[in-house]
Amino acid sequence: MYADHSFREILLGITGKDFTLMAASKAAMRGATILKASDDKTRQLNKHTLMLYSGEAGDTVQFAEYIQANAQLYSMRNDSDLSPSALAHFVRGELAISLRSRKPYNVNLLLGGVDPITHKPSLYWLDYLASLASLPYAAHGYAQYYCLSILDKHHHPDITLGQGIKLLTMCIDELKRRLPVDFKGMTVKAVTKDGIVDIEFDDDKVVKSA
Amino acid sequence: MSSPFSINGGAAVAMVGKDCVAIACDLRLGLQALTVSNNFPKIFQYGDVFLGLTGLATDVSTVSDLFRYKVNMYRLREERDIAPRTFANLVSSSLYEKRFGPYFVSPVVAGLDPKTGVPFICGFDSIGCIDFAKDFIVSGTATEQLFGMCESLWEPDMSPDELFETISQSLLNAVDRDALSGWGAHVYIIEKDKVTKRLLKGRQD
Repeated sequence: MYADHSFREILLGITGKDFTLMAASKAAMRGATILKASDDKTRQLNKHTLMLYSGEAGDTVQFAEYIQANAQLYSMRNDSDLSPSALAHFVRGELAISLRSRKPYNVNLLLGGVDPITHKPSLYWLDYLASLASLPYAAHGYAQYYCLSILDKHHHPDITLGQGIKLLTMCIDELKRRLPVDFKGMTVKAVTKDGIVDIEFDDDKVVKSA
Repeated sequence: MSSPFSINGGAAVAMVGKDCVAIACDLRLGLQALTVSNNFPKIFQYGDVFLGLTGLATDVSTVSDLFRYKVNMYRLREERDIAPRTFANLVSSSLYEKRFGPYFVSPVVAGLDPKTGVPFICGFDSIGCIDFAKDFIVSGTATEQLFGMCESLWEPDMSPDELFETISQSLLNAVDRDALSGWGAHVYIIEKDKVTKRLLKGRQD
């Protein structure tokens, strides 16, 4: 069922002084099986907005690429990108319409970005019901139960990228320690005013359980 | 336990005073017992009319956006702001339009009549049945607690300052007894030509 694997998929987002850090697990799951260990649950919407997704198998990529195509179409037509806030509300609208259709999309999203004009970082949490919240840090699925408390304690709005990566490592270590299945490491990306950069992340680090 | 009205949690209340009205809401957004956000306001201002929306968070956003659109269209057509009573009827008919697939929200409307300055508050069920009241209206997952607090604290003809104290204490103490509401509050005091918005911290646990 839907809840089974989508809750085991990990999406994490942390904002800092001038960046938004985004991370997604690499495992593609189907029932008890891991089909792939290098899955990319990430789509770039424009120069400074990144979207992470989890949920039902076919719906996720279908919906994410529909949003990506529309964001890119807007950029081409208007010679200017939509802001992260505008995109978040656009995505929410599309998901909300889908929610009351015959077959709604079962997709959870995190939308991270840096405003092209003000350079303010932002992070939007969006679930399959199209509930939208703007947050300093966010997660989806079981990761919420483990990571939000860690972030509550250690997050500050003005942290540097280095401190952000340290925080993210704390969260992922805890997930490795407590989750019963291997999620095959994380893809980590940072959104800054200069665009989206891949962050090297050590997936082979072994964390021993208590 | 998984009624659409109580997945996300939240509370709102409106009260009448002497030549003034007040409307307030909490700030929590949750998924069952997990709190996702502590900055999710549920009161929306359309000109001089205020709308409080509790229930399913997605519908709170959808419905508030829908009424922003409808009120803006009204203002362009009529070249004036919408009156609270007119807005209440707009809310009612818009919700009943979705009679067999409703928005899971419990709206509250508050405002002063633009001509007479007479206070106006009312509440609705999710399919648009209006509940007119001359004292107070409550809505959300803390309705039972709010009814108890309002019933004991409210009295007729309160001044704006007294009204602020009453509505704030009613909301704060009600949400402290509800696991799904709280985490701070917004309080609006509406007078003839002054609106005061106050942010209350409240218990953070």
